[in-house]
Amino acid sequence: MLSRTADNLYWLSRYVERAEYLARILDATQRLSALPLAYVGATNEWESAVLTAGCATGFFQQYDEANEENVTDYLAFSTANSSSIRNCFEMARGNARAVRTALTMEMWDAINGTWLELKRYGNGPTSREELSRFLRWVQESSLRFDGSAYRTMLRSDAYWFSRLGVYMERADNTARILDVKYHLLLPDNERVGGPLDYFQWAAILRSVSALTAYHWVYRESLKPWLVADLLILKEEMPRSLASCYEAIVRNLDQVANVYGRQGPAQRQARGIRNRLQNSQMEGIFQRGLHEFISEFITENNRLGAAITEQFLL
Amino acid sequence: MATAFDEMRGHDGEEVRPAYAELERWLKEVPPDVLDYRRREAELIFRRIGITFAVYGEADSTERLIPFDVIPRIMSASEWRFLEKGLTQRVNALNMFIKDVYGAREVIKAGVIPEDLVFRNPAFRPEMNGQSVPHDIYIHIAGIDIIRVDAETFYVLEDNARTPSGVSYMLENREIMMRLFPELFSRHRIAPVENYPDELLASLKSVAPLTTSRDPNVVLLTPGVYNSAYYEHSFLADKLGVELVEGRDLFVKDEIVYMRTTQGPQRVDVIYRRVDDDFIDPLAYRPDSVLGVPGLMSAYAAGNVTLANAVGTGISDDKAVYSFMPDIVKFYLGEEPILKNVPTWRCRDKDSLTYVLDNLAELVVKEVHGSGGYGMLIGPTASKVAIEQFRAKLKTAPNNFIAQPTLALSTSPTCVEQGVAPRHVDLRPFVLTGRNGVRIVPGGLTRVALKEGSLVVNSSQGGGTKDTWVLDK
Repeated sequence: MLSRTADNLYWLSRYVERAEYLARILDATQRLSALPLAYVGATNEWESAVLTAGCATGFFQQYDEANEENVTDYLAFSTANSSSIRNCFEMARGNARAVRTALTMEMWDAINGTWLELKRYGNGPTSREELSRFLRWVQESSLRFDGSAYRTMLRSDAYWFSRLGVYMERADNTARILDVKYHLLLPDNERVGGPLDYFQWAAILRSVSALTAYHWVYRESLKPWLVADLLILKEEMPRSLASCYEAIVRNLDQVANVYGRQGPAQRQARGIRNRLQNSQMEGIFQRGLHEFISEFITENNRLGAAITEQFLL
Repeated sequence: MATAFDEMRGHDGEEVRPAYAELERWLKEVPPDVLDYRRREAELIFRRIGITFAVYGEADSTERLIPFDVIPRIMSASEWRFLEKGLTQRVNALNMFIKDVYGAREVIKAGVIPEDLVFRNPAFRPEMNGQSVPHDIYIHIAGIDIIRVDAETFYVLEDNARTPSGVSYMLENREIMMRLFPELFSRHRIAPVENYPDELLASLKSVAPLTTSRDPNVVLLTPGVYNSAYYEHSFLADKLGVELVEGRDLFVKDEIVYMRTTQGPQRVDVIYRRVDDDFIDPLAYRPDSVLGVPGLMSAYAAGNVTLANAVGTGISDDKAVYSFMPDIVKFYLGEEPILKNVPTWRCRDKDSLTYVLDNLAELVVKEVHGSGGYGMLIGPTASKVAIEQFRAKLKTAPNNFIAQPTLALSTSPTCVEQGVAPRHVDLRPFVLTGRNGVRIVPGGLTRVALKEGSLVVNSSQGGGTKDTWVLDK
């Protein structure tokens, strides 16, 4: 297939996934900030949200401080932020239009419908209720798109590249949350077990839709090292780094089978997956959680570059 | 202007012509709100498919829908046979003309056509001089616009030999009609058009470079999503089963064209290009073009890739050249032209100019290089001021204009607000030429002027489309 087509499919999926992630961050932050100060401490949740979304530099060029109003606007509706939810959907739809023939009718309907409906929200909601509805709608749109891709696409390279986009973006998003919040997960933190952190951990899990999963897997109250374990190493958790890499390796292998050739992207992906499979939380904490995650983000970016180099140019 | 010939009721409006007999009966049976309901249903389907997309620019970009009329335009088998013969003859002559212009130039030497019409034509491409193309075919896809004035007379209004568009409407209109009116279909025997993409692909493959030994790799080159015909490009690529490429997807190395794929470079043999000559290769033509492929013309000159249509075919779209078509047909084929031209005055001739200036209020005056219904004067409907302004333009540069009588295009029953009423129509059949000759799918794009009395069918100016039925008996 054309490299440009593969590139468009890959980024189409990435943008839709990113929009959903941003909606989850905003949702979780809104909950945290609604709690009395005594439960969450004096940290600025809205600043943390900007950091987690990975757009602090751009944000602070425009604003002096982070508060509910400007963070919501910047992450969800701003046209100045190239990664706002609005721009993600705009770009996803642009990509979709450029590869109309590679999409199924259902996928086109999903993304085109989302794009048309986006206009209804104008410059942003006027009330908290409306914002909640908006955030739920974003998540539903992403689910609908992802679901139609999963259920209607022919299993060929077009499908595998679109899946790769989903998992590369998801791995990056999960790692970013961990990176920003790592200090909360360090077990030697003196505040461990206090009520302060409980809600922070819950917020982390909520932003990757893993709160219920946590209880099913561990049947325990929230413990920082278990939260880290769930999001990094648990393959059965769909947004964990391990699960994302299992999927990345699988999809890259499908491509390699059909093309009859393994390349640098496949080798790098397998390297990262093996490291995740051979890691244990004790070891990660000993070497330093922060270092581990930073390294992962770098590696993940490097794999993104390798995929682009090998297929998308 | 005489009263128009109605394709259902003829000139006098008395007797229903046989091709329309069944339709007329059906129109009487079906309640008017059903037509209206179906029309809205058709519009919904078009929107959903996305055939609307003419999205230019900003956030609140409007999505334009070319109005679709649910009443078909019908032609009898014998009418079509006549058109088919005439179109085949005309396109054969056009191909021989283009070959000659870039080759031996017999047509100029014999004095059939003045040489400045060729050499000073903005569509003339000197790079094509002496360039051979596979099987001497230059115009692989032609759209010949036909109008009808009475039961026997069809005229060619213009020849489109560059990158004619509209064929997706021919195909989609038929699909929609079959969905909406199965009952009406079952009462007729209508020649199918759905094989057009197959015929097109076969034609394109048949003109692959002579050195191609594999199954030729065909691609469709589009200017991209911002082009108003982008929907058609993606639709056709899909139906043909070929890659829809943009300039940046292709590159030229050692005079061979490749496309960038996820499995590395892949050789390209035939390019069905929907990009104009000017933009096709920034090294050869407009250096600011980002739509083209640098070096494409060198690969073309080396005979390593076929462009469809060939470069430089636009000469025959010129309306002054058009006026010589009857002579051109006679010159190459030794036959009388089957399809007539609209009588045309060339303002470059002194006597014609005098006549045209004296009769501006009755004539249609057109720019020789214009298209799309722009830059023309329709005398009978123009204001006095507009006519005087045009007169000044005409006097300054008479060579740029031709004039024709204002013809009463035939009308066909059309669904309008007041019910069913006659509206003026034209027809664009699509003529394919490959190694094995000319192929024409029975039908074409019927455009209809929806405003009462209007003769302008162009979609940019309020025209709509209809499904075109050729009866198979």
